[in-house]
Amino acid sequence: MATTVNWRSLAPVFVFALLCVVIALFNPNFLSPSNAVRILAAAAIPLVLVMGATFVILMGSIDLSIEGVVALTAVVTAALVLNDHTSANLGLFAIAFALVAGAAIGFVSGAIHVWLKVPSFMATLGIGFACLGIATAALGGFPVRISDSGFRALTLGRTFGIPHGVWVAFAAVIVAYVIQQRTRLGRWIYAIGTDEVTARQSGVPVERTRILVFTLAGLFCGLAGAMSAAQLGQGHALIASGRLFTTITAVVVGGTALSGGVGSVLNSVIGVLIVIVLTNGMVLMGVPPFVQQGVQGVLIIIAVALALDRRHLDVVK
Amino acid sequence: MTAVLELKGATKTFPGVKALNSVDMRVGRNEVVGIIGENGAGKSTLLKVLTGIYRLDEGELLVNGQPQRFRSPRDAFDHGVAMVFQEQSVIPTLTVAENIFLGREGEFLRAGLISKAAMNRAARAELAKVHLDIDPATKCANLGFAQRQMVEIAKALSLDGRIDGDIVILLDEPTSVLEQREVSLLFEIVRELKSRAAIVFISHRLDEVLDVSDRVYVMRDGAVVHETAASEAEITGLHERMVGRQLHHEYYREGRQRAALGEVVLSVRDLGVEGEFDGVSFDLHEGEIVGLAGVVGSGREALARCLAGFQPPDRGSIEIGGKPIQLTRPRNAVRAGFGFVPSERKREGLVAGLSVAENMTLAAGDRFSRLGLIEFGKEHAEADRWIDRLNIRTPSARTPAQSLSGGNQQKVVLSKWRIVGSRIAILDHPTRGIDVGAKEDVYELVRDMADEGIAILLLGDTLEEVIGMSNRILVLRDGSVSGTFEAAVGAKPDQVDLISKMV
Repeated sequence: MATTVNWRSLAPVFVFALLCVVIALFNPNFLSPSNAVRILAAAAIPLVLVMGATFVILMGSIDLSIEGVVALTAVVTAALVLNDHTSANLGLFAIAFALVAGAAIGFVSGAIHVWLKVPSFMATLGIGFACLGIATAALGGFPVRISDSGFRALTLGRTFGIPHGVWVAFAAVIVAYVIQQRTRLGRWIYAIGTDEVTARQSGVPVERTRILVFTLAGLFCGLAGAMSAAQLGQGHALIASGRLFTTITAVVVGGTALSGGVGSVLNSVIGVLIVIVLTNGMVLMGVPPFVQQGVQGVLIIIAVALALDRRHLDVVK
Repeated sequence: MTAVLELKGATKTFPGVKALNSVDMRVGRNEVVGIIGENGAGKSTLLKVLTGIYRLDEGELLVNGQPQRFRSPRDAFDHGVAMVFQEQSVIPTLTVAENIFLGREGEFLRAGLISKAAMNRAARAELAKVHLDIDPATKCANLGFAQRQMVEIAKALSLDGRIDGDIVILLDEPTSVLEQREVSLLFEIVRELKSRAAIVFISHRLDEVLDVSDRVYVMRDGAVVHETAASEAEITGLHERMVGRQLHHEYYREGRQRAALGEVVLSVRDLGVEGEFDGVSFDLHEGEIVGLAGVVGSGREALARCLAGFQPPDRGSIEIGGKPIQLTRPRNAVRAGFGFVPSERKREGLVAGLSVAENMTLAAGDRFSRLGLIEFGKEHAEADRWIDRLNIRTPSARTPAQSLSGGNQQKVVLSKWRIVGSRIAILDHPTRGIDVGAKEDVYELVRDMADEGIAILLLGDTLEEVIGMSNRILVLRDGSVSGTFEAAVGAKPDQVDLISKMV
């Protein structure tokens, strides 16, 4: 059987290529190895975040708690390694606590969403704010400074010239891709995102899957929280500001449909690269930061507008 | 004969109604059993009991001789009772193989991960059983409607060999959206499946049930009222048992068909929509009912939707009362005097969550408001008037339209256009999915509308209906008018004449 190439699904790749060409024409430094590493380093944390966010969006839900969970887990991590606030010194074991904390918060979001039937945007918005509140209150608004250089090597150290944070992100992508392609959870995410009723009738444990996906998203946020703490050498409540918008933009620009069922974690990898390269390119071209933000805002709207199949969409809410 | 599926004294009560009343039924191995009955006869309750959505209040359900109380569709499935849903339940973003084994991936786990190769191999074997030669790795979104239905049947059949005992396949209105060629193919497969499964076939279409079944149960008011071998059954006899009374000779109120018609209201010339129909011309007079006949894809649905303003014509002209009009969207059509009663009543005819009164006045613009505020008193008075006049059974005008029965919902849709004062009514399958008694009410109302001078374009559910109701019939084939039949009372054309122009 002949496979027809779906151009629409490849569009993000072309956009990415075009973007690279345009920026390189303006500033050849863009193509230098050191800039490539800089782009990868900037992409590491967003890549980890989009893995979880993609699953949530594929399921037709949304996770707005990203900034809160990342901030709180960053604070937890910072407080558990050698630091100026507590007497803990767990070193890299602190990462495990960050993961567990992130997963637990994700589980709570999922449970509120499923058991109390609160729409996911509301449940996660509330949980995210609660996390920010806890992070702020716990520290009285001050940052926790990390003095464990071994821990900071998690993102800053390099192997084969690539920062460790990038390797961690790379591993996260592989894990997410295997979950998506080869596990029942991955299969069920698509089934629920496309047609929940049918999925339920087929015996898919819809509630359990939903909670598990939010838990998984929380886990990725926890990892991102630990990475953020290592990268900045501190943990504080505002450490993740801006992450939510970048994450959702990357997922959507990558071609995953907000309506659920369509997309892939690989799409989101391209999405992250587009967003990061665009930001990097604008920096290289000397575009002022506030204009950069405006460009990102326009970008997400264009991406959604292009991705929609308007012919089959009579009603928009 | 051993019964694969058996019901003994099955009773299910809902507040105020016995949906199933001591039903005895058995389906044997290698047998196709048809179940027929009006809407509300208990067929859907029966199916819901068989698939674990409802549990019986009294009586027993036995599958392969074992008493069962299914907890969910999946539970029923695991015990060998598989339903092929009327609303298709194939997930388009998954592949054929992924759909067939959705929720049952455990069988293909290798070291915790799904083996796609093993799953596709297994799916290929299931597809072979229904003679579907497609790659199991194809996304279901790329399949045609009939193919997707076959995938569902393959999913049901995949139970064969995976459970102990025989399997039961429930086919609920499987032909309602298929074309004739696809229906014959489905029937061929059903006959073949007999050797592998017990089959329950449910359909509104008597001829189909008789064609494919070995034995037929007739249900009425929650009970089995008749059981017969299909070979000995006769359509009119079954019809009478379904309704429990003689069919009116005057079913379509032919006596009220107007002989004298008024002025030309609608004049259509050489109308065409690219890829749908072309060169369609006809006149419609005051008080006239013109029937449109044609198979699916003949262009008659597209013509109706074009006149309703959903699809602007690419060619030709439309005149109303001698004045040319442009139809670019439904709003224009409503303004021009068209009232469209769509076949998808629940999706396009009604706003289900709004009340009866709100639905009735939805198209009436600002007639029920003053200074931009809705006058509830006026709105409800008008709604009550139409509830009374059309004998709509609803607790009040404030009741949500979705809680009414199909026939009463259709009356609400009809009143909407009566309130607007539409001069031309386009009735697209106005009696689809409503029961026999309510159908008669709708026919009566259509005659009333004709009496008042409303011109009516009717797309009937059956040829019989088109012939019975219409003054004149246009037959469409492949997008153009292939025949026009006068249908005066006493000189109605024969179904065979129409069919010869349709196919």
